[in-house]
Amino acid sequence: MKFVIQAPIAFIRLTYQSVYLALSQIWANKTRSILTTIGIVIGVASVTAVIAALTGLKAKVLTQVETLGTNSIFIQPRTPKTGPLQHASWWTIRFKPEHFDNLLEHCPSVSQFGRMTWVGNYTVSHREKSVENVTVRGTEPAVHKIDSRPVTIGRPLSVIDEMQVRQVCLIDPKLRNDLRLDRDCIGQSILISHNTFYIIGVLEPRPENAFGGGNQEQSEIFIPYKTSLKMQRYPFIMAIAESESAEVSDDALAEISFFLRKTRNIKPGEPDTFEVMSLQNALETFNKIALMVTMVAGGIVGISLLVGGVGIMNIMLVSVSERTREIGLRKAVGAKKTAILTQFLIEAIVLCFFGGLVGVGFGHLLTKALSSIPKIQLDMAYIPLWAIGLSFAFAGTVGIFFGMFPAIKAAKLDPIEALRHE
Amino acid sequence: MQTVSNKNRKLIIRLQDVERIYKVGVESIHALGGINLELYENEYVAVMGPSGSGKSTLMNVLGCLDRATSGSYELDGENTTKMTDASLARVRNERIGFVFQSFELLGQVSALKNVEMPLIYSKNGWWTRRKRALSVLERVGLGDRVKHKPNQLSGGEKQRVAIARALVCNPSILLADEPTGNLDSKTSDGILQLFDQLHQEGQTIILVTHEDYVSHHAKRIIHMKDGHICSDLSNNRDPRNNAVTQDRKPEEKV
Ligand SMILES: Nc1ncnc2c1ncn2[C@@H]1O[C@H](COP(=O)(O)OP(=O)(O)O)[C@@H](O)[C@H]1O
Ligand SMILES: [Mg+2]
Repeated sequence: MKFVIQAPIAFIRLTYQSVYLALSQIWANKTRSILTTIGIVIGVASVTAVIAALTGLKAKVLTQVETLGTNSIFIQPRTPKTGPLQHASWWTIRFKPEHFDNLLEHCPSVSQFGRMTWVGNYTVSHREKSVENVTVRGTEPAVHKIDSRPVTIGRPLSVIDEMQVRQVCLIDPKLRNDLRLDRDCIGQSILISHNTFYIIGVLEPRPENAFGGGNQEQSEIFIPYKTSLKMQRYPFIMAIAESESAEVSDDALAEISFFLRKTRNIKPGEPDTFEVMSLQNALETFNKIALMVTMVAGGIVGISLLVGGVGIMNIMLVSVSERTREIGLRKAVGAKKTAILTQFLIEAIVLCFFGGLVGVGFGHLLTKALSSIPKIQLDMAYIPLWAIGLSFAFAGTVGIFFGMFPAIKAAKLDPIEALRHE
Repeated sequence: MQTVSNKNRKLIIRLQDVERIYKVGVESIHALGGINLELYENEYVAVMGPSGSGKSTLMNVLGCLDRATSGSYELDGENTTKMTDASLARVRNERIGFVFQSFELLGQVSALKNVEMPLIYSKNGWWTRRKRALSVLERVGLGDRVKHKPNQLSGGEKQRVAIARALVCNPSILLADEPTGNLDSKTSDGILQLFDQLHQEGQTIILVTHEDYVSHHAKRIIHMKDGHICSDLSNNRDPRNNAVTQDRKPEEKV
């Protein structure tokens, strides 16, 4: 019973004294200690920076997904990877308007759905002012509800605009400024390649996009879907849908795929000539990539920690042989094997923790540097607490693993021989 | 005379047929060839003999740094022969103070820290350690040198620090293997006076030397040759006037 109480106390005292001894030893050999721990420093700095970058990127993507809505589904043509159509042009596999007819009735898990066309890039003018290279898209009213891009002035495109194939449009504030239109430009007319369109609303500027979407320089105009078919007989068609809820998102994807295979006459066994993707899907893909990057980085970090560990082992062996007489003396005055073992093991661990601490510091600086580089979407990068914990756990493990051999060597020394050592 | 006084003194060390045999290749060297020795509380013994006679080996066995190949060794009534390494370490820590010829101080730390060192391996808290180290440094006459590092101390002072370190755990016995071997005669005198003082304070001391003037301080002189004790005499000479009053110690049969 007495032993049960005393053993842990003795161990704590031994640990505390060993830490103290280790720190004074490291302090006495400052330069050597710093050089020794460089491997650990690099390892820990890179692991924390990589984790910080990935965490930041993930946070960024998540906030963007939130603004887009996780239930959104994107549908576009895609050449299959196998089969006779794998080298087909986009023209062969394009969507035709009728492919989507009655989609909502056949897909019960889909709550909203809208077609979208890419009409082309046109020169747009108002009086003397004109702007080149403006992207013109046709959209069904549902698209804006799904895409949740609010209209700041005026109103969104309506079902009536659609039915009557009206010559109306939504513009973005950049185009309004470039064309020198009034702030409230509702009802004014612009020319899109010689066709007159009336402005019914101004959109919010497009948010910056992590997926590499939005081109900030180029302006956009949205016109009714049917109107766009009139302007361009064979436009590039895509679609956006929204599932009833996140839970049925996968069902919605399956239903849409099944429906489109039927309308596009794809025989069983042939690959899809289109892609139906939810943001949920995209997120999973992103997570997979992030995991892969983490693993590759982990491998590199592992190697540098290994190299660092060998450095630690080397320096500990040197330390043991330099301090042979000291070890002999400590044993002569009553140090047990365990005490000597603990002393050297803790010295190795303290060295590694010191490396870990400096490494986390450098990792923090690296993260700061990364997040201040514009245009690489890492402004939300930060080192999560668990990564710091992980770094120290790694450093400690390296210390124990590579410090064990020198420590055992020290503990095994015969005191008489050790005291005779030159 | 000594036999009489031994009757009411405590027996500290009893060696019975202690052998220490080194195996070098096929040869075996009898560094100790069957030593019988009894030592009582507050004795002051000098071990003498030519180089290679086994003095250091004896000290190592007495100091529990080494184990006898055969025979038994009782310290404070406890047989150490069958003890585990860990128990021997505890015995070294609590009962034995060792003083080395070459001081063996830790170079980077102060005299105080050097003296505190053995207490790290015992059950003493920080405050007790400091208090005891300071008082023992005072006792060896270094009360004003506690903060000095070994390279700021003279040879004699270094050895005093080493003696303080040996005494700090209140050992049953102080073992000194040629403690004045690295010191000039004047400094040696100082150290020997310190030993005298410790002896008067009740400390049991064994020291190894091959110089007569050193051994004259002891009250009992053991001569060794080839791993055997060849004479065991009590010494009544006063080291200050060097009066020769040496007589053979009566044989003590066990
Ligand atoms: N580790 C060892 N291995 C082999 N022989 C040894 C060893 N240590 C001491 N000896 C031998 O034991 C004998 C006694 O040595 P030692 O006790 O050191 O003598 P002293 O201290 O009296 O000069 C010597 O012959 C020495 O060579
Ligand atoms: Mg010797």
